[in-house]
Parts: sequence; C-alpha cells; structure tokens
Amino acid sequence: MPEADRTRTSRATRKQPDRVGSARGPEGETAALVHLPVPERHDTPWSVDPTRVGDVDEWGRSENMRALARKLYAPLYEKWFRVEWEGLDKIPTEGGALIVANHAAAIPSDAPAIMHGIETELERPVYGLADQYFKRLPFVGTMWARTGGVVAHPDNAYRLLREQQQLVLVFPEGSKGPGKTYNERYRLRRFGRGGFVEIAMRAGVPIVPIAVVGAEESMPILFKLPALSKALGLPYAPITANMLLLGPLGTVGYFPAKFKLRVLDPVSFDDVEPDQLRYSRSRIMDESEAIRQRIQGELYDMLRHRRSIWFG
Amino acid sequence: MGRRVLVTGLGTFWGGRVAQALEADEDVDVIIGLDTDEPQVRLERTEYVRSDENYSILSRIVQATGVDTIVHTFLVIDSTQASSRTVHETNVIGTMNLFAAASAPGSTVRSVVVKSASLVYGCAPQDPYWFRETSRRSATPRTSIERSLLEVEGYVRDFATDNPHVRLALLRFSNVLGRDIVTPLSTALALPVVPKLAGFDPRFQFVHETDVIAAILFVMSQRLAGVYNVAGDGQVPWSEVASIVGKRTAPLLPYGTGVAAGALRRLGVVDLAPEVLSLLRYGRGVDNRRLKEAGFRYGYTSSGAVRAFAEEMRLRSTVGTREREYRYQEDVERWFRHSSAVLRNESNR
Repeated sequence: MPEADRTRTSRATRKQPDRVGSARGPEGETAALVHLPVPERHDTPWSVDPTRVGDVDEWGRSENMRALARKLYAPLYEKWFRVEWEGLDKIPTEGGALIVANHAAAIPSDAPAIMHGIETELERPVYGLADQYFKRLPFVGTMWARTGGVVAHPDNAYRLLREQQQLVLVFPEGSKGPGKTYNERYRLRRFGRGGFVEIAMRAGVPIVPIAVVGAEESMPILFKLPALSKALGLPYAPITANMLLLGPLGTVGYFPAKFKLRVLDPVSFDDVEPDQLRYSRSRIMDESEAIRQRIQGELYDMLRHRRSIWFG
Repeated sequence: MGRRVLVTGLGTFWGGRVAQALEADEDVDVIIGLDTDEPQVRLERTEYVRSDENYSILSRIVQATGVDTIVHTFLVIDSTQASSRTVHETNVIGTMNLFAAASAPGSTVRSVVVKSASLVYGCAPQDPYWFRETSRRSATPRTSIERSLLEVEGYVRDFATDNPHVRLALLRFSNVLGRDIVTPLSTALALPVVPKLAGFDPRFQFVHETDVIAAILFVMSQRLAGVYNVAGDGQVPWSEVASIVGKRTAPLLPYGTGVAAGALRRLGVVDLAPEVLSLLRYGRGVDNRRLKEAGFRYGYTSSGAVRAFAEEMRLRSTVGTREREYRYQEDVERWFRHSSAVLRNESNR
C-alpha cells in the first residue's frame, strides 16, 4: 500500500533553520528537539563506508537480493502479466525524477511491475516509497527493504531525489488506491495533499506520471471487512475475487490480467526555486490535481481501446 | 590566565577521559571534576569533588572557582544502569542545577558542552532513515529515559535563549562501541549468541569511543556552538554486526518481545531495555555531516567501530578481563596535589 500521504506531514529539513520556534505548549516542547542555529553548508559529499563486508546499503537494499528477486519476478512480468510499455523513453536516463502512478489491486501488483520494467529496460535503480506499515511487518518488511522499498518520509525522498539524483516511485493515492472495491476500478482517489508535488519542487526534479491498466483486474476486491482490518491493524482487510476462485492460494495469487503501462510527458517546475522552506499551497494543489486529471484521462483512453482484460 | 574547566561525571568513562585529555592541555589551568563516584582513571591535577547525583552543590562550586567552561558528560543514557528515579534526578534535576549555576548573576561560565545521545530522536517505523540535527521526533517518547533526555533538551534550549553570550554545544552520540565502554548493545554482542528479533534486520549506526572523546575535545577546542550528531559513516544491518563479531544470532519472537526480554533479564542473561528492543526492530540513523563540515574527522566508520570492538573482544576472550590499573585513594591524591614535597614546575605538569 505505497503511500505518498506522509510526504507532507513534516517537511524536508534543508532550509529550515529554526524548527524549535514552532514548538507549541508544554507537549510540543518535548516533541520538538532543541535547535541552536549553526550556519548550514551542504557541500560535503555523502560518504558511504568503503570497508563494509555485507551488501546491504544505506537504504536497506541488497543487490544480491534484488538480483534474485528480479530473476524470480521476471517470468511473472513477462509471461503472466505480459507487461507492455509505451513511452519508456520519457523516463530520464540520468538525474533524479519522481515517478507517480495510479495504484490498484489488494496486494498492489503495479509497484513491482513498474520497478522491474524500468530497472531492466533502463538499467537504473528505482526506489519505491511506501507506507511505514511495511516496516512494521517481520520478514515481509525486511524483504521489502532489501528489494528496494523505502519508508515514504519527506527527508528520505529529498535525499534520494536531490542529493543522490535517483528515480523514485510513489503512489500519491496511498492505500486508498488499492483499497477500493472492484466497482470503483480505474477511478483515481484523491492524490493525498499533494506532498509529492512539493517534494519534487523542493528537490528540483521533474514528475513523470504513468498510467497503469491491468493491475485493477489482477486482484480485485469484492468487499472489505472493516472490523477485521481494525482488529489486525491493517489498512484494509479485503475479500478478493482471487480468494473466492482460488481458495487459500488466492490470498497471494494474481489473475493473469494484461498489463499496459503508458508513460506520460514529464512535468517540470523550472519556474520555482528548489530548496525552499514552503511552496504555494494553491500551486501545489493545482499541479497535483492537473497530474491526477491527466492520468485519469489517459486511463479512460486506454480503457476505450482495451478489447479484453486478459489479452489487452 | 588559562581556562578553568568543570567536568561533570568525572567517575564515568567519558568524564575521566575528557579530564585526562584536558590535563595535557597547557592552556587549561584548573580542572574540577564532579561525580557521585570516584574517578576510575589516573588523573594528575584534576580536583575531584564528590557530589550528590543532582548536583545541588554545583552553584557553590561555580561561584567559588570561577570556571569558564562546563563539560556535562554525566547524563545517563543507558536505562539498565539506573532506576528511573535516579535517571530523573541525574538527567533532569542535575542538568537543571547545572544550568541554574551557569546562568546565575555574575556567572563566569562562557562555554557549556553537553553530551547527549541520538536516543532523543526516538525510534519508530515512520522515522526518516537519517535524522538531521533539525529533524523532529516522529513518535511520542514512551520510556522514562527518553523523556528525561528530552527535558534536558528543553533546559538546553531555554539556557541558549536566555544566555546568548554563552557558547553552548549539544552533542548527540549514536550507539557507542569500543574497548572499555559497556553498553546494552556491547553486552548483547558479548553473549554466546546475539539476540535479534525474528524477521527484523534493522540498520545500526555506531561511533567508536575514541571518536566520542575526540568529538568532545574538538568542539571545545574549535569553540563550536550548536547541536551536532556524532556517528560513524554508514549503517550496518544487525545481522552483519553479529557476523563481524563472529556470532550466531538467536531470534526472539517479534510479538510479545517485552515478555521475552523480561524473562531474559530475570534469568540474568541480558537486560534488553524497551528502547534497545525498539532499536532491534527499527534501527536508527543520524546524519553526521554537520560535524564533518565543521572539520571533524572520524577515526572509525560504523562497521569499523564494530570491527575494532570485535578485535578487543577476541583479545579479551584470550587474556581475560584486564585488572583495573588504578584505584582512587583520597589521601594519596590529596597529598600529590597539595603537599609541599611535590615539585611543582611546568615540566611535571
């Protein structure tokens, strides 16, 4: 349930010389750590430890694990979902960029498809921002981090995009996207509070929208059990068509829906300076809504031309 | 006139080492050390004063001696060492008294260095992977040790606001490893099998004990003010830490860990405090660039600190724990410092 919502709960810290000033009341006093002004310089290169023996990097990724995951996922990508790309050349081959897409399926099948596709075609790593919920899960959370998942925190996004100039994938709908039922398929939810636009502006990178068709049908939710999700602390507890048809296997088994991904024209914010403390809220919301509308429009267009869920 | 320095926590690992290093500095005229316990290292000219844990005596000492610098190394950051009552007295009340003394009318104090810990950032799944000095906590503190350190932060902030003429540096250290220092993590790594939480392999960031002393002295000598993270470069997954140390890991169930930890504590195996357990679950990283930008050079990276620790542990497993070379004896120390028989010239300083 990758999620962009968290990206504006606290802002990237760079140009925020005085955070303590915003402490409120006795409660806030303890929440805010002390800050004494120090002149900020940021030309020190980020240094990694050259003497390490393991291969788990600073983001918790392991290249060995990723190679293995790619190998295991490739048949699913090629034979099962038969992923087809359109406009891959619009994804920058160098420099940071924030990739945003629509999000679907009870266990989202779009994130691995996008990451695998870009990584194999462009040979660039993609960092998938997702809800902290993953980090809480034993085993799953560790595997998720080893294969490229990063907690969606504005500081993490800023560091990846601005300082390390990487490709970052985020689903602005958050868990509301995959958590919708089948009768609402391909209707985009709210794009959070537009945190992804703000991060892209602050990091000075373009946003590359992607419209994904096929994920919705790979594991459609028929209905949800709110009481169960509350009891288990899950974002949602779905009953999927897969479970009804495939039994226990259906909790993880996808339907072989045909995946089509269309990369849209990147959006750049060249007129705003990066590294600002704040950006115009109205501008952020306008940009966010414009991107949402474009993805929605492309989805309708792709669905108009789709003859079969299974064969495209 | 040279500098006059007061070191709190002289009996702790850090206080003693800092005082030793200051003794070698000819610019420092007077070193006064405060602690509830006697110093554990040999000191030539540092004057040891026994105090209670909350430093009620401190304002008298500051007035009487006219110190210009206070190095506050006495904060308890390991909750297994002391009851929460002692932690409160030492950290909160002690720091309050210290700043009260330093800000008294006519106070001669012009520089304060506080040694705190990256524990103040907390440890939660929603944390950024690298805390900057300006980052906020993401979760409310649950343990009394964290709450006490956050109160210290509050006193530091108030003091800095009220006393702009005083140079105030706050150092936040990540987990320390080294030859001599004993921490909950070093104890865990010294066990025959290293405890971990099943299914979790968080990234840890370490700093070597010599880098800690070096950082405190660096901040003093460079006259730095502000908040600085002190941590080695890079982060190491806990499984890799265990493999560097050459141990197998023993997984604890990730649910109901508090109960398992309680059993281990009662059996006397290892005392895994709640803040250590959450560290074993989510890990913590801090951005160390600010101190590097000020010119500090680390001797060890995170994994380097673990390796150095592993080497010391191997040596210890062969030759055993070394005898404490020094024991404080009050009359001997007083005689050395005050007897007219002892030659006092520049050379034997």
